[in-house]
Amino acid sequence: MRKVAHSMPTGLFHSTYQDDEKIFQTVWLKCWMGGLLLFLFVGLPFMAPSLSGIFGFSVQHMANMIGIFIIGAHGLNLLTGYTGQISLGHGAFMGVGAYTSGILFMKAGWPFWLSLPAAGLVTAGVGMIFGVPSLRLRGLYLAIATMAAQFIIDYAMRNWTSLTGGSGGLNVDRPSFFGFTLDTDVHYYYLILILAIVSTVFLKNLLRTKTGRAMVAVRDRYLSAEIMGVNLFKYRLLAFGISSFYVGVAGGLFAHYNLVVSDEHFTMWLSIQYLAMVIIGGLGHVLGGIFGTIFMVLLPEVLRIPAEILGNIYPNIFAIFGTLRELVFGLVIILFLIFEPDGLAARWQTIRSYWRLWPFSY
Amino acid sequence: MSPGLLYFSQLVVTGLVIGSVYALVALGFVLIYKATSVLNFAQGEFVLMGAYICLWVIVDLQIPFVWAFLITMVFSVILGLLVERLMLRPLIGEPIITVIMVTIGLATVLKSIVTLFWGTQIKVFPQIFPQEPLRFQGIVVSEVYLWTFGSALFFMAVFAAFFKYSRVGIAMRATADDQQVAQSMGISVKRIFAISWCISAAVSAVGGILIGNINGINITLADFGLKVFPAVILGGLDSIVGAIIGGLAIGILENLMGGYLDIYFGGGVKEVAPFVVLVVILMIKPYGLFGTVEIERV
Repeated sequence: MRKVAHSMPTGLFHSTYQDDEKIFQTVWLKCWMGGLLLFLFVGLPFMAPSLSGIFGFSVQHMANMIGIFIIGAHGLNLLTGYTGQISLGHGAFMGVGAYTSGILFMKAGWPFWLSLPAAGLVTAGVGMIFGVPSLRLRGLYLAIATMAAQFIIDYAMRNWTSLTGGSGGLNVDRPSFFGFTLDTDVHYYYLILILAIVSTVFLKNLLRTKTGRAMVAVRDRYLSAEIMGVNLFKYRLLAFGISSFYVGVAGGLFAHYNLVVSDEHFTMWLSIQYLAMVIIGGLGHVLGGIFGTIFMVLLPEVLRIPAEILGNIYPNIFAIFGTLRELVFGLVIILFLIFEPDGLAARWQTIRSYWRLWPFSY
Repeated sequence: MSPGLLYFSQLVVTGLVIGSVYALVALGFVLIYKATSVLNFAQGEFVLMGAYICLWVIVDLQIPFVWAFLITMVFSVILGLLVERLMLRPLIGEPIITVIMVTIGLATVLKSIVTLFWGTQIKVFPQIFPQEPLRFQGIVVSEVYLWTFGSALFFMAVFAAFFKYSRVGIAMRATADDQQVAQSMGISVKRIFAISWCISAAVSAVGGILIGNINGINITLADFGLKVFPAVILGGLDSIVGAIIGGLAIGILENLMGGYLDIYFGGGVKEVAPFVVLVVILMIKPYGLFGTVEIERV
């Protein structure tokens, strides 16, 4: 892997370990973060309608989708980026979460604040079952095992008609809290936003604990980790569990947002998209999951703009738009891997380091 | 024969034929894995490409089958060469996940190219092998099945001979065994990598043409490549004999499970059964029947 130029702000001298481990190392960073939160909580929902007019797609809807997928991408990043286990089954795991929350909410009459965590827990259980082979398998073999999980779960979602409603799908209502229903996109946006922030903070902090460091050790050199007393099986399984919990919660959120759950949402394609998100964003960076998700969710919408311009010249371009989108998607993955293998988050670090020392970068 | 036994043998025979094509594609897959340690998720797309190119040459260019077959082979070799040169070579030494992901990206690109040019409808191959059913002790076998089985076996034999006797084949085995030693003996490892991809693409194209003759082709043919995974895991990822036996076994297994279990699970068991088998194998015998067991020493 390429080395990333990394510099610290001037005037910052850590004298204790606690200092070094701080998330917000400078006051400025705290200010930036505060500004960002202010924008997310107040600015974005306020500006969304007018922005939608400019871009030609619903900004609020996009923000919601990004929020949901950020949670899932964090999950996969923990597993793949931090613990070094490849999963090609996260699309199906998200489906497990979506169906669990949907079924518990609609058929069993559970309240939303119970069905959503339940979705996470059930998905964590399923993920851990398929994670068991990870004790003996690594890399290539694990990729194949999780791919099998994807197909098996996909089959169950399609054919277990009495539970999932089969290919007709399962209708799910918007959740309500104590009589207050989250019926508009903006209301739902706040729920997603809060959960996305909680999941990000939890991930960031998890990585600063013993557990997180053990996971990174397993990724970097598992033999040395084991010799140092890290229980490989425990941490691999734990990574599968937490990761699946994340993606299950994302699935639950998706179910109540989309209002219909069907197996078509959770195919192999989604698993590939998840992997693309964390790889393009940057494996093993918390920011990577966020950048990658924003990129991958917005890519199809951005592609629509040239398609519409070309549509005036070649009217039949819309018929093949879906295919073109997949083509571009595949090319983007390949080009990113060849030319920017460390992802957007690493690029972001480089840019930040550059500005930190600007204009005296030497 | 009793009806029960007849049904069973019919399933086994059909499974054996499909399995022979699995075996052929699995051979191509293992070839790449052995030589370059790359897990190729785009194997099914090589199958797809081969089948469509052959169909296109026969139907639209009106070229007889034998020539069309050769043109397809040439095209597949070029495709394999391009893929190796443009995508895999820059990634030598990168982590496994990067390489896996790049083959997934390649799969997406190839699949959408096929959709762009040929659409998603089922296309029927012009009849190359006769379709007349042959009866043997009550088992009905279409002649095209026999041809498919025969051709698959023929190509496997050709490749076996190639690895055993030809200079390049021996060089490939040497590279698979130990790259450093091979290099020091004057074998160009880069060239071997390229040749592996070429042969693999060509073998897969043969598989695509054979299976196209039986069912006709559409875009879902690419899923065929995913069925190769159970086959190679059963046989052991790095064993060519394993790929062939695994392919045949998975073909028979999926047909039997489909034939007997479909009524309980509401159809489509054939599509998922190989993957259930895969998970079971991974749990009890992760390196398959003939795979090399990785022994780790500190």
